[in-house]
Amino acid sequence: MPSRLDRTFAGMLDIKKIRADFPILNRKVNGHSLIYFDNAATSQKPQQVIDKIVEYYTLYNANIHRGVHALSQEATDLFEESREKVRAFFNIAHTKQVIFTSGNTHSINAVANGAHAFVKKGDEVILSAVEHHSNIVPWQMLCERVGATIKVIPVLDNGELDMATYHQLLNSKTAFVVVNHISNALGVTNPVKEIIDAAHEHGAMTLIDGAQSCGHMKIDVQALNADFYTMAGHKMCGPTGIGILYGKEEALNALPPYQGGGEMIDQVSFEKTTYAGLPHKFEAGTPNIAGGIALGAAIDYLNEIGMDDIAAYENELLIYGTEQIKTIPGAKIFGDVTDKAAVISFNVASLHPYDIGTIVDKLGVAVRTGHHCAQPVMERYQIPGTIRASFAFYNTKEEIDVMVQALQRAVNMLS
Amino acid sequence: MASIQEIQEEIVEDFSMFDDWMQRYEYMIDLGKSLPLIDESLKTEDRIIKGCQSKVWVNAELVDSKIAFTADSDAIITKGIIAILIRAWSGQKPADIITANTDFIDEIGLKEHLSPTRANGLVSMIKQLKMYAVAYQTQVN
Repeated sequence: MPSRLDRTFAGMLDIKKIRADFPILNRKVNGHSLIYFDNAATSQKPQQVIDKIVEYYTLYNANIHRGVHALSQEATDLFEESREKVRAFFNIAHTKQVIFTSGNTHSINAVANGAHAFVKKGDEVILSAVEHHSNIVPWQMLCERVGATIKVIPVLDNGELDMATYHQLLNSKTAFVVVNHISNALGVTNPVKEIIDAAHEHGAMTLIDGAQSCGHMKIDVQALNADFYTMAGHKMCGPTGIGILYGKEEALNALPPYQGGGEMIDQVSFEKTTYAGLPHKFEAGTPNIAGGIALGAAIDYLNEIGMDDIAAYENELLIYGTEQIKTIPGAKIFGDVTDKAAVISFNVASLHPYDIGTIVDKLGVAVRTGHHCAQPVMERYQIPGTIRASFAFYNTKEEIDVMVQALQRAVNMLS
Repeated sequence: MASIQEIQEEIVEDFSMFDDWMQRYEYMIDLGKSLPLIDESLKTEDRIIKGCQSKVWVNAELVDSKIAFTADSDAIITKGIIAILIRAWSGQKPADIITANTDFIDEIGLKEHLSPTRANGLVSMIKQLKMYAVAYQTQVN
């Protein structure tokens, strides 16, 4: 009788049942069963989430927070229930610290746009060499606007951040530190707790880009102690067009609103407008109501499976995938460390990632190729890009085997 | 020399011999090997075609009122794609290149590469080749 320890996580999660929840996994691409390994770009949606969107438009569609009529009240309740689900999921203290945005990029911009409240002329903003463009450009725009300077934490050969240099970069001029929790280009998990604590010792604010962590690991924003944390709904089985900005209450109060409009006001006159309290101050206009409600369904879904089991199983896929990719002669993985998400970024010999991606797509395998919107990372390794296979809990080892066969076939064709 | 139309028909006929994508791609990879290569010294930033996930350099020269294209790419499939275009259009008059249609790309089963959002930038390549033709047209007149 095998002990529980001998069992794989694949045995603990009912993958067959989980896969049945994702209708897209049944479709064929180029005549082959779809193997979807582009989860770092966006996750697929379970039927429960799809149904929730249909249900909302079928039964509850109304504008929220304003109407006295029953439909508006019901829609408002559903939307606010979703906010509560987000709160609990990320261990946020209060729902007023859950800001619904259009996505992770919007969340970052909402902070960077008002960050002149924290960053003054001559100050320094530290970000890392493994940031996605969406966590670089808004800060460059801020620095140009206020006359501040960007400082960059370098990345080591193995894909980990050069923490010794980070600690040296911190000084009394450091006003903001922004890093991703997990690099989208390499999959490496960054030591964000250490980064946040050190930043705070120097009186700097912190923002953690959680685009790649949300939906793949348990996140406790209070334990991390970040001032701001951003998430993308569509990367955690929710719909596109909905994201989350978390902030500490005092940080959100100090941050000026990003957009003006309805919903975000208290009193409006032509002489003076006063803003609404949190979270509405940051939610001008009609939000993505259906998206917000469906994100709640996605969180229910993830909770039902359990984030710890999801993380453990995805790690098992990562270990297996890494081993299997290494069997391909000439394969080189970028960011080959143990503390990482189920993202494998690699090249094979000197073959162009685009060539390999094109061939494996023809074989039904969806991987991402290119610079992954993180050109500085590619520059660091002097490569045009990588092939990126990123797994989710509905993927299987059998799919990894098929991918490796497809990769091998592509390599044979191209060599 | 055969007209652009005739060459394009020839290319379509060549590709019609293959019944699966695998053979088509293998043929494209072979075509890439026969591409008239751009001189290494001409692989400059301004000769890179924007909008491609891989690097593509193209140069055009006017020889006896006709355009001679040379090119290269760091990706093998992209090299095959640009080779197909150059096979059809190199050695032709600028005016004929300007008016050449690109339906044959669809007919040889590479329709998916024609989408303007595709990262291989075939649309950008076509545009760049035609822009060279427009530029040289003024010299021919």
